[in-house]
Amino acid sequence: MTDETKAKLEEAIVNLIKEYTNKKRFKPGDVVKEMESKFSASGVTKDDVKAAIRDLTDSGRLIYGYAGGSFLALPE
Amino acid sequence: MSKKHKTPLLDELKKGKWPSFVREIERAAETSEMTDDLLGQVEQSYEEKVVHWKHGGMVGVKGYGSGIVGRFSDSPEKYPGIKEFHTVRINQPSGFFYTSDILRKIVDIGEKHASSLFNFHGSTGDIQLLGAKTADLETIFQEYTKLGFDLGGSGSALRTPSCCVGMARCEFANYDAMHACNSITQAFQDEMHRPIFNYKFKFKFSACGNDCTASIARADLSVIGTWKDDIRIDPEMVKDYAKKFDLHKYVIDKCPTKCMSYSAEEGLKIENSNCSRCMHCINTMPKALRPGTKGGATILIGSKAPMVSGPRLSMVLVPFYDIEEDAKNNYKWFKDLIEKIWEFWDEYGVSRERIGELIQRVGVGNFIESIGLEPLPEMVASPRGNPFVLYEEYAEAGEGQD
Repeated sequence: MTDETKAKLEEAIVNLIKEYTNKKRFKPGDVVKEMESKFSASGVTKDDVKAAIRDLTDSGRLIYGYAGGSFLALPE
Repeated sequence: MSKKHKTPLLDELKKGKWPSFVREIERAAETSEMTDDLLGQVEQSYEEKVVHWKHGGMVGVKGYGSGIVGRFSDSPEKYPGIKEFHTVRINQPSGFFYTSDILRKIVDIGEKHASSLFNFHGSTGDIQLLGAKTADLETIFQEYTKLGFDLGGSGSALRTPSCCVGMARCEFANYDAMHACNSITQAFQDEMHRPIFNYKFKFKFSACGNDCTASIARADLSVIGTWKDDIRIDPEMVKDYAKKFDLHKYVIDKCPTKCMSYSAEEGLKIENSNCSRCMHCINTMPKALRPGTKGGATILIGSKAPMVSGPRLSMVLVPFYDIEEDAKNNYKWFKDLIEKIWEFWDEYGVSRERIGELIQRVGVGNFIESIGLEPLPEMVASPRGNPFVLYEEYAEAGEGQD
């Protein structure tokens, strides 16, 4: 995966979470499936999406929450 | 000590000769307003038979989605000290071995930054520090990290693997449970700290059939020690036991498969091919009987506690796993099997569905085929239970019908 694709992927994940804030809680697994299909043409794999989520949570752009199951959210 | 809250119901739990969690909380309350409020809220819960905790939310430490269980009082104005009362799960050492020095340091951090109450250990196995406030979580995490500890699992993640004391202290151990547990914990750090699963997933490693971690009832994947060859018998020690108690009453008649016999003339005889490795005879006469020398493990899958859809016990997935051989390859075969199981769960599982429930829903046959294992008649829910395998060739031929 190129750096450009990685940046696009991370942006797409953040945008997805932003778009659905207060509407739907995205489990990390759902995000992986969503992004894997969205970026399939760019050769993005499940592991790439997992790595992107890891980078986003490590940098604090996304955080984890829990309500009966774990989900991704924007920092409050 | 003057208590802020009257606790007549909790006081009842201090009576009797056993240790009381109420007494321990009261001791902690002498120096902590937070813990005093905890007593008040627990008393209220006992009066009303209603839980007054809310849990979950957005609490955690940076980069981790696991390890902190958010807990809040639903009456913060009445109990301000426990407005936030989070649990910090700390990954325990394999086999729960500590030096007294490290235990003091663990407790010092808890006293400084939280309620000073701990669970040693929670049911998953972690050390649980109770009563942390959101603002202190990063500091607590950093301080435990400096001591060499990491957070454990929580949420929809791999929960902290745990094991019995295994070969470190136990003569019955059939494999090195501590080594296996530590290796698997290190290998799957990402799955433990960053929730990616449909729901929780637990490993437990017990080195013999006594199953000291109760893995058969509490782990999604249980690895329980067993052996292939014959039970080792010391005939002289058997005679010694026979002088001390009635062998028929306490050993022979209690054998679940009736594979043992004893007479003073012939001594103890065991039909090993019929033994289900229940450990009863070995536990009763530990100096006379020992597990065989060809140790390994049975891998079982699918148990869980009653949450969501009722309790389940594990079923046998791999009857005999040569774990010591696989250990030489850093447990590669086992790790590959786990990856396949998770892949299947990820693909077909739904939210909050444990692996055992998924297997029940889709059928054992489909599951076994998907993860690439050969179906075996030993894949049973309990010893002497019917296998799920239908041998069509026999069914069609009508064999065994008369």
